[in-house]
Amino acid sequence: IFGKHRISNFQLMALFKLTVNGSTQEVDVDPSTPVLWVLRDHLNLPGTKYGCGIAQCGACTIHLDGIAMRACVIPISQIGVQAITTIEGLSENGDHPVQQAWLEHDVPQCGYCQAGQIMSAAALLQDNSNPSDRDIDAAMHGNICRCGTYTRIKAAIKTAASQ
Amino acid sequence: MSLVKTSYNRRSFLKTSALTGGGMLLGFSWLAGCQPAVEEAPGLVMPEEWFDINAYLKIGDNGVVTIMTPNPEFGQNIKTSMPMIVAEELDVDWENVISEQAPFNAEKYGRQFTGGSMGIMTRWEGLRMAGASARHMLVAAAAQAWSVPAKEITTSAGVLHHEASGQSITYGAIASAAAQQPIPEEVTLKDVKDFRIIGHSKKNVDALKIVTGQPLYGLDYRQEGMLTAMIVQPPAFGMEFKSITNGSTIKSMPGIVDVFPIKTYKDDFVKGGFDTNAFPELVAIVGNSTWEVMNAKKAIEVEWKLAEAFSETVHGFQGTVVRNVPAGLENTSTHQQEMERLAALPGKVVRKDGTPEDAFKNAAQIIERTYTAPFLAHNCMEPINTFAHVKDNKVWLAGPLQIPGLIEPTISARMDIPAEDIEIEMLRMGGGFGRRAYSHYMLEAALISQQAGAPIKLMYTREDDMANGTYRPAYHATYRAALDEDNKLLAFHVKAGGVPESPLFANRFPAGAIDNYLAEEWSIDSNITIGAFRAPRSNFMAGAEQSFLDELAEAMGKDPIAFRLDLLQRAENDPVGEENDYDAARYAGVLELVREKSAWESNDGKRSRGVSAYFCHNSYAAHVLDLTIEDGRPVVQKVTCAIDCGIVVNPDAAVNMAEGGIVDGIGNAFYGEMTFDEGVPQKTNFHQYRMIRMGEAPKEIEVHFVENEIAPTGLGEPPFPPIFGAVANAMHKATGERQYHQPFLGEDRVLG
Repeated sequence: IFGKHRISNFQLMALFKLTVNGSTQEVDVDPSTPVLWVLRDHLNLPGTKYGCGIAQCGACTIHLDGIAMRACVIPISQIGVQAITTIEGLSENGDHPVQQAWLEHDVPQCGYCQAGQIMSAAALLQDNSNPSDRDIDAAMHGNICRCGTYTRIKAAIKTAASQ
Repeated sequence: MSLVKTSYNRRSFLKTSALTGGGMLLGFSWLAGCQPAVEEAPGLVMPEEWFDINAYLKIGDNGVVTIMTPNPEFGQNIKTSMPMIVAEELDVDWENVISEQAPFNAEKYGRQFTGGSMGIMTRWEGLRMAGASARHMLVAAAAQAWSVPAKEITTSAGVLHHEASGQSITYGAIASAAAQQPIPEEVTLKDVKDFRIIGHSKKNVDALKIVTGQPLYGLDYRQEGMLTAMIVQPPAFGMEFKSITNGSTIKSMPGIVDVFPIKTYKDDFVKGGFDTNAFPELVAIVGNSTWEVMNAKKAIEVEWKLAEAFSETVHGFQGTVVRNVPAGLENTSTHQQEMERLAALPGKVVRKDGTPEDAFKNAAQIIERTYTAPFLAHNCMEPINTFAHVKDNKVWLAGPLQIPGLIEPTISARMDIPAEDIEIEMLRMGGGFGRRAYSHYMLEAALISQQAGAPIKLMYTREDDMANGTYRPAYHATYRAALDEDNKLLAFHVKAGGVPESPLFANRFPAGAIDNYLAEEWSIDSNITIGAFRAPRSNFMAGAEQSFLDELAEAMGKDPIAFRLDLLQRAENDPVGEENDYDAARYAGVLELVREKSAWESNDGKRSRGVSAYFCHNSYAAHVLDLTIEDGRPVVQKVTCAIDCGIVVNPDAAVNMAEGGIVDGIGNAFYGEMTFDEGVPQKTNFHQYRMIRMGEAPKEIEVHFVENEIAPTGLGEPPFPPIFGAVANAMHKATGERQYHQPFLGEDRVLG
């Protein structure tokens, strides 16, 4: 219905009721707007990062009903009643086991990709509490880190798994 | 202990003042004795303040110490390690230290530059003096209060003690009095053996903010009433802006406020070395939200035209150069042909020792190999962006950048706004790797804000970022070695070039170790813009040179480490020439350390091993890389790394950075590549531009530092270049095939 290259003088907006980090939020936006930009521009939740816009780098990883998804390619119109969790809502005070393991291993360098890495790792451990190296490689394949912190990320995931 | 003067030049100043509500604020400025010599180019006016380093520290009356980090942070962790250096000499408890990013202020903080692996190296002495001077004043204040000689007072973890009288007082309690003390002209620095903070790992001060998603980056910056801006750039190098075809249609799109072209340089502007800008004329789209502007960007129609050839004078750190920029739409295949053609012609001789021509003429055997590497895009995870607000002829900017002091005069010249009315806030960078030394986007953002009459945040899409140039150049190097009947090395010849610059370092190893040596270079002009990329030039030369030395060792029947050590011994004992730019003993040191730590001599043969070592950015790095072939793909099992970068300030963070350099290097060796077809970059996003991913990183990395008391040198770059050679040499062991052309692996290439 909503063409990608829609050019018009009137705005097609729609009201969406969302559950974000446990609270209900309403936004009035173009239904094709990716969740990423709703979070960043409209809900002031900039923890979820833009890296590629085509689900290739994982910087925008969020949880939809606990499952890791790339927020940059999911239109807000497809969210419905699914609960959105962002890095800001993963824990109250940064005390999620994955965040704690990240601190213990002092993983970040520039840090830009790390919210996405943490969200992917948290979803992995939710599914698989004792992942093998191969499981980790597969689950984290979609998250790029140009600083090259992969070995620390893997070590941190193993630490978090052992908690 | 060593006594050092706190100030050296006429412009130096030291300021102190009591903080309102108690405490001490100490400002320092001093000439940095260890600043690298920078050739000032005629015409480029560098403010004298650039040769000063300044730092501020504040001691609250509660004992909390705030230490400013003068340089911008892009992941090298200086926001932790720089305050560690101050805290060490101040002798304060690290738990009581708050680290803050200093504002951009050349007068107070000197050259605020992150790049060239020079951060810790150039700030080392100054930061130590800042801490030591403050400690000196605290001691003097206590001596006065207690009426005891200052030399009888000791300090530890933020407390002053006088043993004879049994008195003690905290820094916080005496800070106000300390602020009244005269600034010392000389201070005593600690002995390395007495360090309690330096050399002891401290966690990244921003780690909690990072793992909880707090706004730290340019893209996270927002201000009330801010609009979003994006650019539309020419689709190809060699093209430039002509006109906007459907501007009124775009302006009528939902949420779009304005569409207009911007021109970032005046016609008579003389560029500095970091004013590189692929597309100085762009179209800006300004709107209410990111998605609305993205949609307008997809719908806009812009007419482009072929750009004409031009020649420009650039005043850079290396002096004045004339850059010839040809017209035309360039192709990777043409680049390759042209590189082959030039490589076959005599180059410009940069260094010659002995009589290499004779040695090659009389050789029993000549080994000649050619190595190539493509353009590389930086691909910082955070795309280019900047917040800008231009109002009342004042400019406010906030964003990621490596050298604010070099874009400020450019903005000033373009906008006719004096430098003092341009404020730049340096935000944590989501990667830099050299790319953000070229901060034309700051000027673009300012121009867009000025024209739009509103605060804006400029954001490049990933596609804009990847196609915007400032690439690592494409390179080519031919190595030749002459051997006699006994397989003895008679002569060595390197001829290197690239598009559009040569990667050659004529005075690096093995220059100095071989009697007959020849180094030549050439280059091919191009309109594709290039720039610094994690160890510029070294990141190609190291791989080529270390691959060739490996092949040479094999031909000579020598162990590759022993072969290098033999050459280094010659360079140390009886060096050829006087321009050699490395310390042969330290170079050998990392090879010996990596040989020991990797148990090189007791390899069980289950893994294929490659060794490589290189010197750049004042530090030495060596790697042994262990590789297996699984399902036709190389799997890096382990990398053992040895580094000599002098004193290591924050060991775990240093290990992290070395691990990162290794992983980044393996990724670029296997996959990194940008190609061009009719001027159009052929990779626009991560579905085409292959980056290393989790499962391709080494399963294990071990980093060892040579322990010494030499003042710190570079670390961000040195581990990166040699890993290319280690990968190539291990792949040879695994497959029997040498790797001459990067990237070593295409998407589908199967080995073994």
